[in-house]
Amino acid sequence: MSGYAQGRRLAEGSEAMAEAALLAGCRFFAGYPMTPFTELLEQFARRLPEVGGTCINAESEIEAVGMAWGAAATGARAATGSTGQGLALMQESLSELTRAELPLVLFNMARGQGDYFQATRGGGHGDYRHIVLAPMDGREAVELTQGAFDLAERWRNPVLVYGDYLLAHTAEAVDLVPLDLPALPPREWAVDGSLGGSGRARNVNPLGMRKGQKGIDPERFWKRLQAKHDAIQAAEARHVAEQTRDADLLVVAFGSLARFARHAVRRLRAEGRRVGFFRPVTLWPFPAEALARCCRDDARVAVLEQNAGQMIDDVRLAVAGRVPVVSIGGISSDEAAFGIGPIYDPEEVHSRVASVLEPSP
Amino acid sequence: MSRPVIRSDRPPRAPARKTGTFLPALQLGADHDLCPGCGEPLALRSLLEAIDDLGAAERTIGVVGIGCYTALTPLIDLDLIQALHGRAPSVATGAKRMLPDALLFTLQGDGDMLNEGLQEVIHTAARGEAITCVLLNNGVFGETGGHMTAATVLGQRTKNTLAGRDAAQHGYPIRIADMLAGLEGSAYVARASVHDAAGVARTKRMLRKAFETQLARKGFSFVEILTMCPTGWFVPTADGPGYLDEVLQPVYPMGELKASE
Amino acid sequence: MSGLASRGSVHIDSERCKGCALCIPACPPGVLRMTEGVGARSLAFPELLAGCTGCGACLLVCPDFCFEVYRYDTPVPYELLP
Repeated sequence: MSGYAQGRRLAEGSEAMAEAALLAGCRFFAGYPMTPFTELLEQFARRLPEVGGTCINAESEIEAVGMAWGAAATGARAATGSTGQGLALMQESLSELTRAELPLVLFNMARGQGDYFQATRGGGHGDYRHIVLAPMDGREAVELTQGAFDLAERWRNPVLVYGDYLLAHTAEAVDLVPLDLPALPPREWAVDGSLGGSGRARNVNPLGMRKGQKGIDPERFWKRLQAKHDAIQAAEARHVAEQTRDADLLVVAFGSLARFARHAVRRLRAEGRRVGFFRPVTLWPFPAEALARCCRDDARVAVLEQNAGQMIDDVRLAVAGRVPVVSIGGISSDEAAFGIGPIYDPEEVHSRVASVLEPSP
Repeated sequence: MSRPVIRSDRPPRAPARKTGTFLPALQLGADHDLCPGCGEPLALRSLLEAIDDLGAAERTIGVVGIGCYTALTPLIDLDLIQALHGRAPSVATGAKRMLPDALLFTLQGDGDMLNEGLQEVIHTAARGEAITCVLLNNGVFGETGGHMTAATVLGQRTKNTLAGRDAAQHGYPIRIADMLAGLEGSAYVARASVHDAAGVARTKRMLRKAFETQLARKGFSFVEILTMCPTGWFVPTADGPGYLDEVLQPVYPMGELKASE
Repeated sequence: MSGLASRGSVHIDSERCKGCALCIPACPPGVLRMTEGVGARSLAFPELLAGCTGCGACLLVCPDFCFEVYRYDTPVPYELLP
């Protein structure tokens, strides 16, 4: 039985993320093949049995999230995932298991950046929030995947890792080392059967049902959940900012496309232009305060995203009308429709950023 | 001679042995708002007694679907996971894979298991998951007020088949036990009923056998329990057992459909 | 003396009873009958007649857990039943 593949190696994103999950103690995965998520499932199917875990080839995405729900309820570190369409099928379960306060890591290997709304607003019913992490490259994906399991358990809340085709299929050097994280409290909320017959048995449920108590108090239960989400929002926003202090133009981007945005910003800086770069690492909580701080009163913001305009809503909310916000992104797709498009090109991105720069004096 | 009326509002005074308690050992109370004449509490009693007889309470996890029976969960002194409508088998699968020595059962109505969740129970059986799925079959979606499910029999009147289920309009019922018995992953498949005392006793025996099959790691086990729903059937409570016997039993006969050695 | 005796008895929680009457036909010796009047819930509930055998069928079929069942150590003649 091979142990964990540690140390530096060359790995495609799917392989690296699966390995990072195992390093974090993930012992359960269930999934259904769908491009570009399929390789992640293949990796888990191959590696989990080797470390004493379980991977189930679920009959559909709905069952995949159900199985992960059951595994997570026993206190095991569990994950599931898909691409946008599969995540769409999972939405009822995702919103309900959030209310059941179950830790679960979800992978969206998305077909581009058009799932931003699905990830951050959630496509399920009712009030709930997921922490959403958006790695820019394989190295960050390894770190954020491990961090996802920790955050999920710390807050007892699902955490979604937003990947994409490019991330899944790009091989790069990654450091597969376990993160050093503070200890977590014991999993008293988990069920294992042991309290049966004691009069204190548990019911892991999304309604706040209690043993010996007829009826529920949904308002109290949902408000408590809302308070938890407010606390997550106050504590967990993360971002990366570069050269924003004197920037006339702030370019905002996330995920794989952010790599191209950062490159364009650095190039323009080298040419003497005062541009800055802001990358949300958490799409929820969106680092609104940080963005507002990074943005001078006389600056402009340009949002680069590969969709019809989704993150730009959060950018506009963050700057609250103080500065102009323009889109330099848009829909961009090749004929395969798996999320790669002409926008993923350094020259293309450079010209989009340059096009909204004021002419040099 | 006509029989005298005996006081029954307290235990008897003459020396006697108690042979039956109000509640099974694993039930926390009796206060529930299910309809008069509902068969589901009878199935619950059989289930809890079977688990208690096996001494398995401290290793049991129940995964409960959504239906009238969901309201019984506060009374169950077992570790439970509440699942969504139709989704208990997948949840039970995930839990069982992480805790292979636990006794896992699902508790689902016919609307839950055969409409929303048909795919889940079939695949769970096909995979031979060592869990026990328990179907409470009253031929209606009880909780929404009594509507047609995949188990509603031809001619049965429900709120959305007021003229009686008609094959031309609504198709035919699905006999899930027969389908599951045909899958190699199934090790024990049985059908029980709680319309009379003998049926209740047989229900408990079948549940016990199903749990034993699971604990012996032989594969998937399944017990369908026909229950009365006088409200959904538009009959007086006292006519519930007769309706079950005359209308549902012919389509869903009792017995063991599959039992592995 | 009638020579008839009861071998068992029941304790009925009539306040919990919802009046469904499933116990009546379930009783093999037929010693349960619904009251003429109504009880705490404005519903009729079962009353016990002499001749109970303590078989427990009523307990098995009651959806509201209203029965506790007893077997006398020695059968009690009808005349001596309370």
